[in-house]
Amino acid sequence: MSYPTYLLDRTGLEDSHTLDVYRAAGGYTALKTILSGGHSPAQVIDMVKDSGLRGRGGAGFPTGLKWSFMPDPSKDPRERYLAVNADESEPGTCKDRILMQEDPHGLIEGILIACYAMRVRTAYVYVRGEFRLPYDRVAAAIEEARAAGLIGEKIMGSAFSCDIWMHKGAGAYICGEETGLMESLEGKRGHPRPKPPFPAGAGLWGQPTTVNNVETLFNAPFIVNRGADWYKSMGTAKSPGNVLVGISGHVEKPGVYEVPLGTSAKEILEDFAGGIWKGRKLKAWYPGGSSTGLLPASMIDLAMDHDSLKEAGSMLGTGAMVMLDDTACAVESMAVISRFYDHESCGQCSQCREGTQWLHQIFERIEAGDGRMEDIDLLSSLAHGMAPGKTICALADAAAIPTHAIVKHFRVELEEHVRLGGCPMKRTSERETVGAMGTRA
Amino acid sequence: MTNDTEQRGLPAALVTEFEELVAHYPERRAALIPALHRCQEELGGWLAPETLEACAEFFELEPVEVFGVASFYPMFHLRPVGKHVVGVCHNISCMLRGAEDVLAKACEVTGCERPGATSEDGAFTVLRVECQGTCTNAPMFDLDGTYHENLTLDDVERILGGAR
Ligand SMILES: Cc1cc2nc3c(=O)[nH]c(=O)nc-3n(C[C@H](O)[C@H](O)[C@H](O)COP(=O)(O)O)c2cc1C
Ligand code: SF4
Ligand code: FES
Repeated sequence: MSYPTYLLDRTGLEDSHTLDVYRAAGGYTALKTILSGGHSPAQVIDMVKDSGLRGRGGAGFPTGLKWSFMPDPSKDPRERYLAVNADESEPGTCKDRILMQEDPHGLIEGILIACYAMRVRTAYVYVRGEFRLPYDRVAAAIEEARAAGLIGEKIMGSAFSCDIWMHKGAGAYICGEETGLMESLEGKRGHPRPKPPFPAGAGLWGQPTTVNNVETLFNAPFIVNRGADWYKSMGTAKSPGNVLVGISGHVEKPGVYEVPLGTSAKEILEDFAGGIWKGRKLKAWYPGGSSTGLLPASMIDLAMDHDSLKEAGSMLGTGAMVMLDDTACAVESMAVISRFYDHESCGQCSQCREGTQWLHQIFERIEAGDGRMEDIDLLSSLAHGMAPGKTICALADAAAIPTHAIVKHFRVELEEHVRLGGCPMKRTSERETVGAMGTRA
Repeated sequence: MTNDTEQRGLPAALVTEFEELVAHYPERRAALIPALHRCQEELGGWLAPETLEACAEFFELEPVEVFGVASFYPMFHLRPVGKHVVGVCHNISCMLRGAEDVLAKACEVTGCERPGATSEDGAFTVLRVECQGTCTNAPMFDLDGTYHENLTLDDVERILGGAR
């Protein structure tokens, strides 16, 4: 399969993380074009709108539209912010890390373009605390860029001034949710905020704020340099561009690969990841991280784009495919995933706090052989009680969606666990059961 | 106790660092979490009550508020930990490639009775941690802030055996 690439092209260069290499590869030319009078802020927003770029943080929201929600500074002169979401903690997802580590200047140029377009003069990069090397690389790149006059006052001699600061998180998944992130950035517990108000009206410190994912922003310089039409020539009509897909679990060659949106999952599995490992067969797969519904092998022909997966009752999410071979247990996978949501629920909403705990306990007991037939319908009704739109944030949805999916596609396997009083698959090893996880955060 | 710095109980170097940090934000307390990280790194690997109190004073917050923040975030240790901290990811991609075996091996090699425990000689604490964002290199653990990826059980033995 041959197609144009751009996202990972520079990562193969020696010292790809340095300013010299980035510049030699044409870096900071998009910024230069803009700042030398090429495009007004409104024109940049229109260009991004026209490109059809959709957010890569999981929800797929149109980026240009999001930028246009920021108030007009002539009518609303308040301070305004960009928060870069580098929390990357959706299980299965490990793409932003590569961009930060191997091509940090690409991210910085994207941030500067976004700030110019939204007339923001302060951006924060919220990096999950465990990402030491990615943090150090972006921090070093910021220093290099600052020394070269690319960050700070009157960038490239223009009227545009912008600062970028690094900010380290401390290991809570919920701080990837945009309002949880803002609370955390303000130095508080990462408790998501009810919406409205939306961040563009009242975000960080109550001021207009936009939150964007790392990979989303990374696309911006390419769009400015090559144009919206070029961008739309890749991917599908409703999901244009290339995307970073991570494929992990039971495959021969796990990795992060760049593909056009709309590429079939089967192609990614077979042509990139070398197929299922050990000569086994595919049993099931999570298409876009742990928050997306588990699908059976029969659906591996699906296209990896927002609409195709939504129609199939799942989601593109973060494009993180997690593959299970035919010796794996679908129920065990949900025991692990529900344990995660139980642990990560911030506890503000009773539906989520209680719901995630119940889901976890039920999946654990079915897997351990202590389940009852009624438990299967109980899973569905709990998930219905949690989502959609019943809680402050979408973590409850993230736990409910894969629950509905397993009941829909793997009901027989759930029933078999109950009937046999245990897992019919060979356990990879013993797992600690409910309650052993320690206290909730 | 001759000056402000000592009264705050934070080493002068950290106070200087934190003063720089708070300048990045419109509100002082925004630097709290990055500051807690630095305290944990510099002051014995965990956040002792005195450290939290000192931070409260620096950030002009109630100690209970700082405790509330610190206790929310899994990376902060509110009790002493071993000299080396091993965080084994037990989430989905790692589980599928043997995280539970890695965890068991890590406990065995370090002499930790179970995940969450510290070895008797105080050399190691082994923890279960959630997805570390390197799922295509599973299974993995984080040893004192450095990732070790694509682990085999022999790697676990070699790396942790060598760290003691
Ligand atoms: C529970 C939860 C966790 C999330 N974690 C992340 C994350 O780690 N990284 C990310 O970019 N977006 C994450 N998101 C999505 C963000 O809320 C937000 O939609 C995104 O950062 C917006 O950026 P985009 O429009 O560029 O995609 C999460 C959402 C939820 C509900
Ligand atoms: S849905 Fe869950 S994680 Fe989100 S705010 Fe409510 S309790 Fe917290
Ligand atoms: S699941 Fe272990 S690093 Fe993501």
